[in-house]
Amino acid sequence: MNNPYLPWEAEVVERVQESASIVTLRIRFTDPAIRRRYRFDVGQFNMVYLYGVGEIPVSIVSDPQDEQLLDHIVRAIGRVTRALVTLKQGDRLGIRGPYGRGWPLHEAVGKDVVLITGGLGCAPVMSVINFIVKRREHFGKLTILQGVKHANDLIWRTQYERWAMLPNTQVLLAADVAGPQWQYLVGKATILLDRAVLDATNSIAMMCGPEIMMQACVTELLQRGFNPESLWLSMERNMQCAVKHCGHCQYGPHFVCQNGPVFQYPEIDELFGHKGF
Amino acid sequence: MTRGTLLNLPHAALGSLLAVLRQQGYNCIGPVVRDGAIVYRRVHHVSDLPYGWHDEQMPGTYRLERSNSPRAFSWAVGPEALKPLNFASGETLWRAERNHEGQIQFEETLPAAQPTAVIGVRACDLAALQLQDQHFLDGPYRDPYYAARREQLFLVAVHCTHPADTCFCASTGDGPQAEYGFDIEMYESEAGFLVAPGSAAGEAIVGELQLSKSNDSQRAIAEEEVRQAARKQTRTLPSQNLRDKLLASLDHPHWQEVAKRCLSCGNCSSVCPTCFCHTEHDNPALDGRTTEHVREWSSCFTAEHGDISGKPIRVQTHLRYRQWLTHKLGSWHDQYGRSGCVGCGRCITWCPVGIDITKEAAAIYEAQLS
Ligand SMILES: Cc1cc2nc3c(=O)[nH]c(=O)nc-3n(C[C@H](O)[C@H](O)[C@H](O)COP(=O)(O)OP(=O)(O)OC[C@H]3O[C@@H](n4cnc5c(N)ncnc54)[C@H](O)[C@@H]3O)c2cc1C
Ligand code: SF4
Ligand code: SF4
Repeated sequence: MNNPYLPWEAEVVERVQESASIVTLRIRFTDPAIRRRYRFDVGQFNMVYLYGVGEIPVSIVSDPQDEQLLDHIVRAIGRVTRALVTLKQGDRLGIRGPYGRGWPLHEAVGKDVVLITGGLGCAPVMSVINFIVKRREHFGKLTILQGVKHANDLIWRTQYERWAMLPNTQVLLAADVAGPQWQYLVGKATILLDRAVLDATNSIAMMCGPEIMMQACVTELLQRGFNPESLWLSMERNMQCAVKHCGHCQYGPHFVCQNGPVFQYPEIDELFGHKGF
Repeated sequence: MTRGTLLNLPHAALGSLLAVLRQQGYNCIGPVVRDGAIVYRRVHHVSDLPYGWHDEQMPGTYRLERSNSPRAFSWAVGPEALKPLNFASGETLWRAERNHEGQIQFEETLPAAQPTAVIGVRACDLAALQLQDQHFLDGPYRDPYYAARREQLFLVAVHCTHPADTCFCASTGDGPQAEYGFDIEMYESEAGFLVAPGSAAGEAIVGELQLSKSNDSQRAIAEEEVRQAARKQTRTLPSQNLRDKLLASLDHPHWQEVAKRCLSCGNCSSVCPTCFCHTEHDNPALDGRTTEHVREWSSCFTAEHGDISGKPIRVQTHLRYRQWLTHKLGSWHDQYGRSGCVGCGRCITWCPVGIDITKEAAAIYEAQLS
């Protein structure tokens, strides 16, 4: 069967409520043959289909070497996502993928890695953190910078605290608006960069979040001597097909579903920051 | 390209071409007058063809007129290109069925395409077809719906002798002479057609017709008429570095100027033979057991096109027009190795307010950035 549009049936094996609107779905293909055949890279995504409702792109956050389960973190924001987060163990859905180009993990080996995320539970970067933490010895210093709007938006607080205990690892968290229990920084994501001790010559930075935040971070990192080639950004665009046909994810010359979602900064600098693309 | 000997097919014998095509199992489609426009529909008899019809096209205007020409092809392209024949304006991609246990079965719904011969294909539309082929067939994922229909097409090109005021295929290098992509090519004159096969399939059909050879002067006259058609065209697109100039002019005030006129209706992208954007959605049946996953043409002129996480990327019309133009005349070069415009002029004719892609591109191209 060679139809790139046709999903495979999958089932929810486990559901984890991460916050009021965020749920992790641990999914498995019902056909063992597909389970064996299916491979993905960190940072790739699937098209997740909910019966009768629709199909949307969702990043894969599980470890590529975990052959059993595909983890998807879904934030309920609209029609399909609101319905997806209500799925229970045993519920069926459709999955096709994996799609896109993931994070440059081969290039990151031996280097310091700076991971910057903004916004709520930024799924694409969670997959890299998990991947690197499991293979800590292959990478240099790990710097995790996470900015959220409101202190209450931070999920996985205990995970961040656990990561902060790892050797040669710095974790910095910031909220635009702090809450009563907030013992971290207050301000925009760039305040995190001010505090981070980074070696511009031997680092690779991977970021994900609102474009305005990534723009500020790119500017700041370039000023601090980072090579443009060492900056990697995960872009999000509307996607209907994920197979380079529907045209919705175009970003200038790029089809984000195919050439991205992860881009090396010089690939997109012609348009990056221009409203309307 | 070396061209075969041209053979004489008098007007009165055009029916025999249709008959042979039908005999070989082709469903014949050709230009017919419907609702005041020339569109491609099933042709049962040569009299269905638009003999004695001529079109008047201008920015925002399309009108058919009777003429006393004995020709069937004295018109320029109507609103439909070959696009809808391969890339359906709406179709079901697959069906899903859910049983009592909640298990889901997916079933692909590929079209049952029949061999189809299209009579009277224009050069610009063949160029556009090649671009759509590149988009739907040559990428990392082959589109099986498009492919199923495309593989069944047999194309009979008629070189264009009557360009409209809106045409500029000579400027884009895509016409009026069809150069590739056809199974049979035809020159039309008052007396009839000069015919040559362009593929093995075309040879098989033409061979059945047992036509007499034409002479060199007939060819020369026919070719000259097509060259004249090129000379009649008045519109042109700037050809030097248009991509780079457009992308270097993203903040040009002219985008806002076009936006004052543009209705953001998306007509231009619907009639454009190269536009490929589409959306997908589900149509669940009322019984709760089955649902159809369908796709439909869409346009970068809609808000939905650039929606991400609650924020449409292109709210204002100038951003949408800029997306359309910088893609069509700009990023297509990066994506498919050439401009996405084949000079068919449809977007000019069918724009309700007569926005002219050649004029808007020139305005941005020529103006000096302050
Ligand atoms: C490569 C990629 C990876 C993603 N990974 C994740 C992830 O891991 N977890 C997660 O929760 N979300 C992820 N998203 C976003 C997710 O796809 C959208 O939130 C989802 O499509 C919204 O669908 P909806 O029906 O719930 O919303 P809708 O009711 O359709 O709309 C809500 C809003 O979402 C936006 N939207 C609608 N359709 C799309 C679409 N096809 N693509 C993008 N935005 C759309 C619109 O702006 C709309 O206003 C990812 C998106 C991309 C492109
Ligand atoms: S942009 Fe306009 S003139 Fe060019 S191919 Fe499309 S419809 Fe024809
Ligand atoms: S350019 Fe014309 S046809 Fe295209 S969206 Fe604007 S008004 Fe409609």
